[in-house]
Amino acid sequence: MKFGVVTFPGSNGDYDSYTAAKFVLGKETVFLWHKSASLEGADVIILPGGFSYGDYLRSGAIARFSPIMKSVIAFAQSGGIVIGFCNGFQVLMESGLLPGALMRNSHLRFRHRFVYLKTENHNTPFTNMIPEGKTIKVPIAHGDGNFYNFQADVDELEKNSKVIFRYSDMNGKITNEANPNGSLNNIAGISNREGNVLGMMPHPERAVESILGSDDGLLVFDSMVNYLVNKPAKSA
Amino acid sequence: MPEPVVTPELVKEHGLNKEEHARIKKILGREPNFTELGVFSVMWSEHCSYKNSIRLLKTLPREGKHLLAKAGEENAGAVDIGDGLAVVFKIESHNHPSAVEPYQGAATGVGGILRDIFTMGARPIASLNSLRFGSLENDRVRYLVDGVVRGIGDYGNSFGVPTVGGEVYFDEAYTGNPLINAMAVGLMKTDGIVSATTGGIGNPIFIVGSSTGRDGIHGATFASAELSEENEAKRSNVQVGDPFTEKLLLEATLDIIKEDLVVGIQDMGAAGITCCSAEMSAKGETGIELDLKDVPLRENGMTPYEILLSESQERMMVCAKKGCEQRIIEIFEKWDLHSKIIGHVTDDGLFRVKLNGKTVSEIPSQVLALGGETPEYTRETKRPAYMDELGKLDLNKISLDIDWNDALLKLMAAPNICYKGWVFEQYDSTIRTNTAIGPGSDAAVLRIRKTNKALAMVTDCNGRYCYLNPKLGAMHAVAESARNIACSGGKGSAITNCLNFGNPYDPEIYYCFAEAVAGMGEACLEFETPVTGGNVSFYNEDPNHAVFPSPVIGMIGLVEDLKDITTSWFKNEGDEIYLLGTTKEELGASEYLSVIHGQKRGAIPELDLSVEHNLHKTILKMIQTGLISSAHDCSDGGFSVAIAESCIGNREHMIGASVELPSDGLRTDALLFGESASRIVISSPAGKAIELEKAAAEFNTPIIKIGTVGGSKLKVNDFIDSDLSDVGEAFYESLQKLVERV
Repeated sequence: MKFGVVTFPGSNGDYDSYTAAKFVLGKETVFLWHKSASLEGADVIILPGGFSYGDYLRSGAIARFSPIMKSVIAFAQSGGIVIGFCNGFQVLMESGLLPGALMRNSHLRFRHRFVYLKTENHNTPFTNMIPEGKTIKVPIAHGDGNFYNFQADVDELEKNSKVIFRYSDMNGKITNEANPNGSLNNIAGISNREGNVLGMMPHPERAVESILGSDDGLLVFDSMVNYLVNKPAKSA
Repeated sequence: MPEPVVTPELVKEHGLNKEEHARIKKILGREPNFTELGVFSVMWSEHCSYKNSIRLLKTLPREGKHLLAKAGEENAGAVDIGDGLAVVFKIESHNHPSAVEPYQGAATGVGGILRDIFTMGARPIASLNSLRFGSLENDRVRYLVDGVVRGIGDYGNSFGVPTVGGEVYFDEAYTGNPLINAMAVGLMKTDGIVSATTGGIGNPIFIVGSSTGRDGIHGATFASAELSEENEAKRSNVQVGDPFTEKLLLEATLDIIKEDLVVGIQDMGAAGITCCSAEMSAKGETGIELDLKDVPLRENGMTPYEILLSESQERMMVCAKKGCEQRIIEIFEKWDLHSKIIGHVTDDGLFRVKLNGKTVSEIPSQVLALGGETPEYTRETKRPAYMDELGKLDLNKISLDIDWNDALLKLMAAPNICYKGWVFEQYDSTIRTNTAIGPGSDAAVLRIRKTNKALAMVTDCNGRYCYLNPKLGAMHAVAESARNIACSGGKGSAITNCLNFGNPYDPEIYYCFAEAVAGMGEACLEFETPVTGGNVSFYNEDPNHAVFPSPVIGMIGLVEDLKDITTSWFKNEGDEIYLLGTTKEELGASEYLSVIHGQKRGAIPELDLSVEHNLHKTILKMIQTGLISSAHDCSDGGFSVAIAESCIGNREHMIGASVELPSDGLRTDALLFGESASRIVISSPAGKAIELEKAAAEFNTPIIKIGTVGGSKLKVNDFIDSDLSDVGEAFYESLQKLVERV
C-alpha cells in the first residue's frame, strides 16, 4: 500500500502528511511533485495543507491547474482514494471534485486551535475505524474555512450522508460555540457522492502522536488502510 | 540623469556627521560620489554598524563549549545540543517599520529573521514574537495591534513555521513606538553550518530569490533615527513581504546547501546588496566585484544607488563554488525562482561595483563591515533623575482596604496578565508536528525528531522593571527566562537579545543601555547561558518620550528527556501544592500596584542570582525524578495570579485549589500579589513530601506545603475565595473585548 503526498509550490503541510503516513503509520509514502503527471502507483493521494501559490488569488484556485491535478482528477473519477486537508480541501473544491465554497472565516481572522469533530458517517473509507460516539480532537489552522453552498445542495449532502465531519463540543454536541469559522451546519468535512474523495478543513495528520496533544487523527489514516486492505478486489 | 553633487548638506541628510565624512575622505583619498555616500550611509548607520553599542556588547559573556557560532560571527548563533544536531536562533527588531505600516512591518520582520536562520543551512522549526504596545484605550494602538498580529500570522502561517510563543506587553510608554521583536529557531546537523562569507578567488556571486525594486531604500538609515510625524511619509521605506516566495527560497536554499554547491550565503536584509557584499567579503578577507546590469529588476531606470540600497525582501547573496553554477540555476528554476550571477570574488579587498563595465563605486570592504573598521563610539552616560524620585514608594499610602477577590479578577483580566489567545490563535502553532507545548504555558517546547530530547524556548522582559532599574531589570529578564525553561523541564543553553532603547546620544538613555547590558551579562554568567548575538534597536522614541528601556531576552534550553516536559496547570484532584522560594514585602513596580492603585513606582524586586540558579536546579531535579505534576513561576501578579493560572490553565479541565500561605507579618497585598523573584508553585501527588524536601534542601531552596488541588474554587487563606468560572471568564475573555471593543 502506497501513499502519495502532492507538493504544490507553497504547500507546507506536505511534510506533516508524509511523516504521518510514512513514520507513524509505517506505510510506503512518496512526495508527488506538482509539475509531474505521475501518481507513481499510489493507492491514496493526499492533497496537503498550506498556501499553494501563496493563495494570493483565491485559496486553491491556481493549484487546480498544476499538471498533477489532471492525474489526480482522473484517479478520483476511477474510484481512487483522495483526501484533502485544509488547503487540499480548497483545491478539491476548486477542481470540482467536491461541491461548495470555502469562504473567509466569519470572524475574518486566521484561526488556529484544537477542535472536536463529530463523525456523521462511519461507513466511509476515511472513518470506518472511528468508534461510534467518539469525538476526535484535531487542530484547525486556516483563514478560509467557512463552508458554504446553496441550501438545496447542502440539503442534498445531508440527505445522502455526505457530510462526514461536523465541528462539535467535546461530547459531540453541535453548537454555535463549537463552530470556529461560521461554516453552514458546522460542516468540517464532506465527501463526493461516490464516497472516495474527502475534503476537510481540520488537520488529522497533525494529531497522530499523544505528545502533539492528540493522536485521534490517526484514526482517519487507520480507516483508509483498513478500507484498502479489505475492499473487494477490482474487477479486471 | 546626472548624480547629485556630494555636499556637506547631502552628507548630513545621509545621517553621517562631520567626523565620519572626514574619515570617509581619508579612506578613499577623495570625496565619495553619490553612490558611495549611500553605501557609507547605510553601512555606518546605527543599524548596520552598531557603532554606539558594539563596545559594550563585547563585554557580554560570549563563551561556552557548546557554542558552534558565537555572537557576531554568523547570521545567527548556533548551539550544539548533542546527537550531531545544532540549534540556530536569533531575535531581531522591526520596530520602526511596524510603527508606520504595522502589517508589512511585522511580516517582513518575521521574514528577515527566518532567512537569517535558513541561510546557515538550518530549517526553521519555530518562531516567537515579543511585542510591546501602548494602552489598548488608544485607537491607533488597537490598529497597530491588529495589523502587527495579522502581519506576523500571515507571514509565518504561509511560510509554514509554527509560531509557538513569545509575549505581548502593554504600557503607555510604547504608544507611539511599539516594539516588534521576532525570534526564529532552526535545527540542523552540526557539520552543515554555512557561513556568511566569500572564498576562492574568481568564484561566482549569485543573487537569488525575488527581483530588486525601489522598496525599502534606506530602511537601515530610517531605523537609525527617531520617529516623527514625517515618518508617516516614509511608508515607502517599509518593505513588502511575500511569504510564498520565501517558502520557495527556503527549499531551494536548503537544496543547494545539501548538494554542497556553495562557499557562503547571506540574507539580504538591511542595506540589501551592499551589506551582503561588504560583510561577506570582509569575513572572507577577499574583495568582491559586481556588475549591476545583471541584477533582475522590478522597474526600469533604477540607479546604482537605488539598486545597491534596495531592501526588497526574499533575496539572498550566494558565493558559489566554481563549476556548480549550472546546478544552482537548475535548482532555483525547479522552485520558479531567479538566480543570476552578478559578480565574482576578487583578491584586492575592495567592494567594487560596476554598471555595464564602468566602475560606479569602489570602497575597501573592511571599512564597511561590522567587525572590520567601522566607527565605534563610547557615549556619555548620566543616571536619570526620575529614578530616585520613582524609586520611592510609601507603603503607608497604599490602602489595604481592598476586596481581594475583586483585585484578583481585575488582575486576571489586565492586559499584561490575561490570556493572549486572541493573538496566538491567529498563528499556526502546530505545523511540522513537533509542538509539545504551544503558547500559554511557561515556555514553548518542541520535541526533536529521532531523539528523546526537546527544546524549550521563551522570550521575556519586564519594561517597567527596566525603566525603574535597568540593571536589575535586565537581570530579571534573564532570570525569568531561565526559570520558565526550568519549569518546563529544561536547562537554559544560551540567549539571544534584542535591545530596544531610545536615542543613544541622550546620556540618560545611554546610562540605561549600559546598565542593562551589565545586568544581562552578570545574569548570563551565573546561569551559564552565553549571549549568541541579537540586535540593538536605538531611537525608539515618539515625540514625547523614549520607550521603556527594553532588553528583550530570547532563551533556548534543552529538555534531556521527553518525559520531563512539564506544564504549568494543575492535573489531579488531591495533588499537594508547594511553594518554592521566599515571599518578601515587595510591591514596588508590581502589576498589582499599577492595575489596582495606578502607580508605577517603587523598588523593583530583589534578585539573588545564586538563589535563583539554585531554584532552577531544584525544580529540574524534582521534574527529572518524577516528583511533580505541574510547575509555574510567580511573576506578574505574584503568587495569587500564578496559582490562579495553574487552576484554569487547562481550559477544558479547570481544577480548584485551597491553600494557606504563612503571612509572616507581611502586608496582605504583598503576600498575595507582590512579585518577589525566585518563586515557583508546584503540585505533586500526595506522599512525595519527604523527597521534595530533600531535593529542595540539596540546593538550599525554601519549600513549604501550602495546600491541595481540588474543587471548583480558588481559596487563599481567608482572603480569596473565587469560583473558577469567574476567574476563567476574567482571564480568557478579556483581551478580545479590549482589542475589538466588543
